[in-house]
Amino acid sequence: MKFSENWLREWVNPAVTTATLSEQLSMAGLEVDGIEPVAGTFSGVKVGKVVECGQHPNADKLRVTKVDVGESELLDIVCGAPNCRQGLMVAVAVVGAVLPGEFKIKKAKLRGEPSMGMLCSFSELGISEDHSGIIELPADAPIGQDIREYLSLNDSTIEVDLTPNRADCLGIRGVAREVAVLNELDLHEPEVAAVEPSCDDKISVTLKAPKGCPRYLGRVLMNVNVAASSPLWLTEKLRRCGVRSIDPIVDVTNFVLLELGQPMHAFDLDKIDGDIQVRMANAGESLTLLDESTVELSDNTLVIADDKKALAMAGVFGGLDSGVSAQTKHILLESAFFSRDVIMGRARQYGLHTDASHRYERGVDPQLQHKAMERATALVLEICGGEAGPVIEAVDEVSLPSVNEVTLRQDRLKRVLGIDINADKVTQLLSRLGLATTFADGKWRTIVPSYRFDIAIEEDLIEEVARIYGYNNIPDVAPTAHLSMLPAQEARLSDGQFKSVLLQRGYQEAITYSFVDPKIQQALFPDTPSLTLPHPISSDMSVMRVSVIPGLLGAAAYNQKRQQSRIRFFETGLKFVADDTAPNGVSQTPVIGGLIVGKRHDEHWDLDDNTFDFYDIKGDVEALLALSGQASDFSFVISHHSAFHPGMAADIEFNGKKVGVIGAIHPQFMKLLGLNGRVFVFELDLSEINTRNLPQAKPVSRYPANRRDIAITVKDHIAVGDILKFVEKIGVNQLVGLNLFDVYKGSGIEPGYKSLAMTLILQDTDKTLEESEIQQAVNVVISGLESEFEAALRE
Amino acid sequence: MPIGEIMELEAIINQAKEQIETANDAASLDQVRVEFMGKKGKLTDLLKGLGRLSAEERPAAGQKINQAKQEIQQAIGVKGDALRTAEMNKKLAEEAIDITLPGRSEVAGNLHPVSRTIERIESFFSQLGFAVKNGPEVEDGFHNFDALNIPANHPARADHDTFYFNPDVMLRTQTSGVQIRTMEVEAPPLRIISPGRVYRNDYDQTHTPMFHQVEGLMVDKNVSFTELKGILHDFLHHFFEESLEVRFRPSYFPFTEPSAEVDVMGKNGQWLEVLGCGMVHPNVLKAVNIDPEEYTGFAFGMGVERLTMLRYGVTDLRAFFENDLRFLKQFN
Repeated sequence: MKFSENWLREWVNPAVTTATLSEQLSMAGLEVDGIEPVAGTFSGVKVGKVVECGQHPNADKLRVTKVDVGESELLDIVCGAPNCRQGLMVAVAVVGAVLPGEFKIKKAKLRGEPSMGMLCSFSELGISEDHSGIIELPADAPIGQDIREYLSLNDSTIEVDLTPNRADCLGIRGVAREVAVLNELDLHEPEVAAVEPSCDDKISVTLKAPKGCPRYLGRVLMNVNVAASSPLWLTEKLRRCGVRSIDPIVDVTNFVLLELGQPMHAFDLDKIDGDIQVRMANAGESLTLLDESTVELSDNTLVIADDKKALAMAGVFGGLDSGVSAQTKHILLESAFFSRDVIMGRARQYGLHTDASHRYERGVDPQLQHKAMERATALVLEICGGEAGPVIEAVDEVSLPSVNEVTLRQDRLKRVLGIDINADKVTQLLSRLGLATTFADGKWRTIVPSYRFDIAIEEDLIEEVARIYGYNNIPDVAPTAHLSMLPAQEARLSDGQFKSVLLQRGYQEAITYSFVDPKIQQALFPDTPSLTLPHPISSDMSVMRVSVIPGLLGAAAYNQKRQQSRIRFFETGLKFVADDTAPNGVSQTPVIGGLIVGKRHDEHWDLDDNTFDFYDIKGDVEALLALSGQASDFSFVISHHSAFHPGMAADIEFNGKKVGVIGAIHPQFMKLLGLNGRVFVFELDLSEINTRNLPQAKPVSRYPANRRDIAITVKDHIAVGDILKFVEKIGVNQLVGLNLFDVYKGSGIEPGYKSLAMTLILQDTDKTLEESEIQQAVNVVISGLESEFEAALRE
Repeated sequence: MPIGEIMELEAIINQAKEQIETANDAASLDQVRVEFMGKKGKLTDLLKGLGRLSAEERPAAGQKINQAKQEIQQAIGVKGDALRTAEMNKKLAEEAIDITLPGRSEVAGNLHPVSRTIERIESFFSQLGFAVKNGPEVEDGFHNFDALNIPANHPARADHDTFYFNPDVMLRTQTSGVQIRTMEVEAPPLRIISPGRVYRNDYDQTHTPMFHQVEGLMVDKNVSFTELKGILHDFLHHFFEESLEVRFRPSYFPFTEPSAEVDVMGKNGQWLEVLGCGMVHPNVLKAVNIDPEEYTGFAFGMGVERLTMLRYGVTDLRAFFENDLRFLKQFN
């Protein structure tokens, strides 16, 4: 909420600067978001009167005037404003004045006529955007007075960002109460006298939904001149609170809203058929609102209606047909208390947000309606004339909020805040806040005033005490707790351990959005059901990722476009797959994914300049899997995932269960992805790979190891991984090491075949192996390979 | 020993030394050895000639010749060492490389700055026995709002700019739901923090639709506001590693009361909001069947990106999710 500092100071005027005042408010929980001067910086502008106004001899659009600024001589001033006329009271920048933007006013000649100053518009003084004409001051403005003083322009607009619980401060009155408490001052509340009825006209009001509207005040004002203009003091007050002047009736209701926090509404009395009833809307009932939109009402919506139709959406927005127009002669003023529960969410339901709905859904003082009605009546009559009928009140006392009586225990206060605050001090403090407070038997019993409807439980009082006592006067104390150790499962690998393997291998961690472009996700994962955001930020961030791979591809493309030729990224996080059997219809699985593209090495004087291939990323994945201590239980199985190159893709399985994928992105997607080069990716389900075997130490053999190299040829299509697995599990006890050191095709090898060379390391735990034993073990391996893979030993 | 022979012996020694001096490799040095001490060497000849001397002369003469032999031997040894050292030095000199050429290193990558900050926050609170808890990001209304004392239609709920999938399923707007999930299954005393991604439907200079929070919760018999202040002061001082001015400003969160926002004094002399916190609202404890008369608690939540920006001088929030390598590589 924005308000004028000067207006606030009419209510309570502490001897503190604007900055201190703002600090006080922020530190009381009314966070000041901004302080803006209400006018530009200028000097030398005075109230003047146009004594003569004639046509400029040499220019059609200019006038020559003589202006009285209270000095011995009248000033000759040339003016181009269309509204410049004789008798007008104006704002005169005299010679020597400095206007906003360091614009100095000097003696001048305009088209041959002398000009000793300038008549100013609001925009020229930095007051508003209005530059349609010069400022028209009231006829009684004192000639010669400095305009800053006359218009009290040494004022600031203060904007406070109010939390939803402090609806009582959505008006000058509430902020003033708070300032009075903080400065231990009394409030100068303007006296609002009841306006005696001057006619008998009235309308009857029926409360058909008393829970939603327990109190409704209506008052008929006859023969109101809606064409009157709002006085400058009123439009200026509104402007400094960020509200535009519309017409005197709206201006008055807005004034009351800003001053007291009570939303009001005015109807054109002649548009009302019969009486007023406050009722729930009939489902499907239609209403055209003041912004000329037509809504179909739901039956959860409270309306103000006459005998035939809905007139307005209660507490949210007025209706167009029943609103005040230029033709309006008689009005019905409304000042009502609508309950929060009925208004909350209604504005949003219709895509609306108004000053009234903002207040009603946070709560309005249920005892404020009479005062607001009298205040508005007096102002309308003052500005527009007319006669007021009697105030009609329909009220359902039992549905009005009850007075809150809340007790605060002294020991509870101490326990929650952690400090002892002197009991008298607490009593005083609560009393200053307007709570009728008594202290006895270690308890404060309070009666909460109607405007502090947010105070309902003991914690509310604790907060009030702490707030006014000052959070920063409460000491800092280190917490005390029992020292108990947290469990730490050694067999559970943390995400950090996986991350650190990849970091050491030169991967950079990325964090990409959890929502991705459906075009890309659909192309790569056409068969994985995903979740779509009904209201995304943009269409390319509208589906939840079913893998971290799309995000990583996006990050890679972003960097390739910025000349990064060697990219390695990983990311951890949840992937989201639609699944009716999972809670909330989605299975949310933690994964780690990686991507590499570009050169294997940064350009280097000695290293090769090959690009990454499948075995680079496979090596990284193997390093991750090795953390488990059971690397040999993982296998890479040929996969035909459509996202991948059909010849460079694998599922990663752990004891037969799929735990991840690895592969090169299918070349057909590169254009869609905006990527160049061969991109390799992997993704692993963290919860499937994060268990490791605890070490079980075995004695180290004290006997020598023997190395035997063998070379075999097999058909080309046979997977080397299968051969190695076969050898590892062949059951030769003394085989402690197996290493593939060459794969060869070409000259000397029959086409369709390949040669594999491997080292067998043989060692016994109990003895030095005899040559015959070594040969026997090697023979077992060779004959196994011959029968299983039709391998031939190369001599 | 006849004087003539003594003279001869000295001449032999001098001659040998001269030749040792001029030998410039192992072969020529060996030649010297053979010439003087080989089977037909000059000293060997002299030794052979001892037989011609009388028994009285023989020991003294033999001793002299042996002394000469030792002297030459030693000279050969010294020279041999010198030659080998020279040869080694020569070889080493040939093997010298340019040690300023870049090595074949693989530079390690970095954690994303947001992860780095989360890791630091975790480590501070782990020291105090706070356990790290994670929770789902697609969340239901009960855990994201209702149990946190934010009823349907409450203006505080509207302020969240929630991404809904349907009225009861949404992307979590805060990690506070993890508090609820923890308290549902664990009894006090509790000390947890929960870092993670949260989502709000807002995208501009200062908002990204996804960002990170770390939520903290402590529930015990006598947890108080002074302790909340104590722990957060401590944390901020250690996180920034300087004695920043910190203030607690009253605020409102439906799930805590009293509530506060915590500001630190920025380098520009402006207060910057870094945390929200408060004493756990009794309705929240009741929602998870903890008796608020028996237990009290505090909770706090911090925006990880904001803390990271302040700590490392990042000026554009959106940089965190562009993943520009030139940006990320600075956090090593």
